[in-house]
Amino acid sequence: MKEWILTTDHKRIGVFYLIGSIAAFCVAGLMALLIRTELGAIGPTLTEDPNVYNVWLYFHGAAMILGFQIPALTGFLANWAVPIMLGAPDMAFPRVNALSVWLYWMGILLALATFVIPDSPDVMWTGYPPYSVITEGNTALYSLTVLIMGFSSIVGGINIMCTVIYCRAKGMQYNQFNIMVWTTMGANLLQLVFVPVLGSAVMLLLFDKYLGTNFFNPASGGDVLIYENLFWFYSHPAVYVILLPFLGIAYEIIATFARNRIFNYNMVVYGGVCGTTLLSTDVWAHHAYAAGLPDYVRMFMTITTLLISVPVGLLMIGMVATMWNGAIRFTTPMLFALSVIFLFLIGGLTGIPNAMASVDHAIHDGYFIMAHFHYVMAMAGTAAIFGSVYYYLPKMTGKMYNEAMGKAGFWLLFIGFNVTFYPLFEIGIEGMARRYYDYSQFPQFESAQHLATMGSYVIAVGFLITLVTWIHCWVAGEKCTDPNPWKSQSIEFTNTEVIPGPGNFPVQPVISPDWSPYNYGGTTKQDD
Amino acid sequence: MNKKLWSLMAVVGSLPFLAATAIAGELQQDPAEHWDEFWHEIMIDIISIGVVFMICFIYVLIRNIAQSPDQEGTGTKLTPLQSIGWTLIPAFCFMADDFYLAAQSWQLFNLQRNVPANHYEVKVTASMWNFNYTYPNACKEADNCVEVMNELRVPAGKPILLRMTSSDVIHNHSIPDFRILEDSMPGRVTYLWFYPKTPGEHLVTCKEYCGTMHSKMISKVIAMPESEFDKWIETEKNDL
Ligand SMILES: [Cu+2]
Repeated sequence: MKEWILTTDHKRIGVFYLIGSIAAFCVAGLMALLIRTELGAIGPTLTEDPNVYNVWLYFHGAAMILGFQIPALTGFLANWAVPIMLGAPDMAFPRVNALSVWLYWMGILLALATFVIPDSPDVMWTGYPPYSVITEGNTALYSLTVLIMGFSSIVGGINIMCTVIYCRAKGMQYNQFNIMVWTTMGANLLQLVFVPVLGSAVMLLLFDKYLGTNFFNPASGGDVLIYENLFWFYSHPAVYVILLPFLGIAYEIIATFARNRIFNYNMVVYGGVCGTTLLSTDVWAHHAYAAGLPDYVRMFMTITTLLISVPVGLLMIGMVATMWNGAIRFTTPMLFALSVIFLFLIGGLTGIPNAMASVDHAIHDGYFIMAHFHYVMAMAGTAAIFGSVYYYLPKMTGKMYNEAMGKAGFWLLFIGFNVTFYPLFEIGIEGMARRYYDYSQFPQFESAQHLATMGSYVIAVGFLITLVTWIHCWVAGEKCTDPNPWKSQSIEFTNTEVIPGPGNFPVQPVISPDWSPYNYGGTTKQDD
Repeated sequence: MNKKLWSLMAVVGSLPFLAATAIAGELQQDPAEHWDEFWHEIMIDIISIGVVFMICFIYVLIRNIAQSPDQEGTGTKLTPLQSIGWTLIPAFCFMADDFYLAAQSWQLFNLQRNVPANHYEVKVTASMWNFNYTYPNACKEADNCVEVMNELRVPAGKPILLRMTSSDVIHNHSIPDFRILEDSMPGRVTYLWFYPKTPGEHLVTCKEYCGTMHSKMISKVIAMPESEFDKWIETEKNDL
């Protein structure tokens, strides 16, 4: 017990991140169920008080993004998998790594305080002033949670960048990195550059609310738009902090289960990953198309936002083409990774209308954009994270999960995702607005809302089965004797024991110039 | 790369922008109708991309199922030429579609942002949780004008310009039927315009989260025949 709590081992820290993010997913998912149930019918359903509902909305958004997705991708996967993929014995700064996971857990506990304090925050995850300044809700809790999570991200980001640059195995070239390593680098670069901007925004919010400053108060010379710009200057890149690693892990899973090399590695890395990272820094104003920004800004951000389709399109082509001439196995992690392609296809394409300011002027802040980003982040992102948990379960626990249970959970989740969010596109086009406690002005939308609520219950059942499958594997799974159950060519499977121990490798790997983590097809065929 | 090539690329790259600005500004049309037409076009665009992609995806899946437990993939390393081709060709296809859509969207954007000269103006002040409409053309004295709460009466057949601000937090004046919305913010004045061709009622909602009664911040546009509207505004003005 003590050696787990005081651990500086990157794999154990990764597991801590995983446990924290799954816990955050459970609570924030419960909020989602409450929200959907409330919206299932017109009029009060679960609560008479819109403020209670608004707290659910706040917690759902903030916890899913800051507590679940970012930590699962740049915490769990970047900690557990990336150093081993690099052939590194540990992270560059193991104790700093422990600090970042502790900060993250502090952030989780602080966020959970939402449910015990009398004046819970109700500022949504965006915290726009002046509402966040004048509200009775506790904006300080929101700001401090963001600051602590942000600090954890910065600390973790520096650590991962240093690990990639200084700690990788002897002889490993940049062109021999796993795609997951590249995407993690892209994501952490964005975190390092942009989290401080978010920090400054929520800090000024604290000053305005509690120290009487007027940064965002127009009556005293401030401006409400400064916050929106600072916030999205970080929070749009934050979308790519989530997107890049989840596509990265989908690539790993697809390459492993198609037992094939990555299609056009250079295109994926330099066009897709680097292109997305760079472009993502210059599109933030599309979140504020309706905020009276100058016309030329809206026109400029229309084209930059549309151009995101270029690197992202290359990433999509790369994923599908990686299976060309492959030998596909439909295991549970593979099903999740394949669903990422489908869900992200819908999510990506529905982003196109939203990218254009003039089109957005009719559907802004409605259910269309809400369904769009749930397809991208909530569905494709979550599918990739769940797939990655299945992918690494045998390496984390030394045991194999139950394939039938895994698949049952997958199909329920997949069906539930689509039943929940597809109808919301339809009513979004017709004018349904986000963050509504009730929609009596739109009685015609009740059946679609009801269908979405039913879908969310299917997701809940699917998730419970998934969780049970994981716990069953951990407690009572069949013992794995093969350190490489998937016959992958990546170092985390080829050079480790069944459960990688401290230092990760019995013999420190040395990389030859013709080695590749995707060396399938018999050129350096191992005996299997 | 030499200078000539760079400047050639710059010229070619800026062509779509120039084309877009040339087309824009000519058309005079109802933005809501234009929005519907453009939306239809976008849907055809993204649905065809989606369907083609899904067909390829499913074909790849079916064709490449592992036939034996030991089978490995036989993907080969691309030659540099193949690698560049597979990057640039799709990239240019996506870019072409992007520039096409951007040009189209700018056309609509110009329509939305250039208010016709014969417009009728109403001022909007949003507050938690009401929309307050002031008629600057119907005043007894400078700051004693006709004011209505949560009911925007306008003459049908005229472009209507709303100049908006807020007295507390950020709100958004959204009129789904006219495919238009814009935030109203404290300390700033924003605008939108729409064109109610025929008499009728249209829902207005708030689309920026503004607290407890956000979902109940409802108003409506009532487009009246012009003569009826003139009569109404005259009576209101005399009652001031
Ligand atoms: Cu409002």
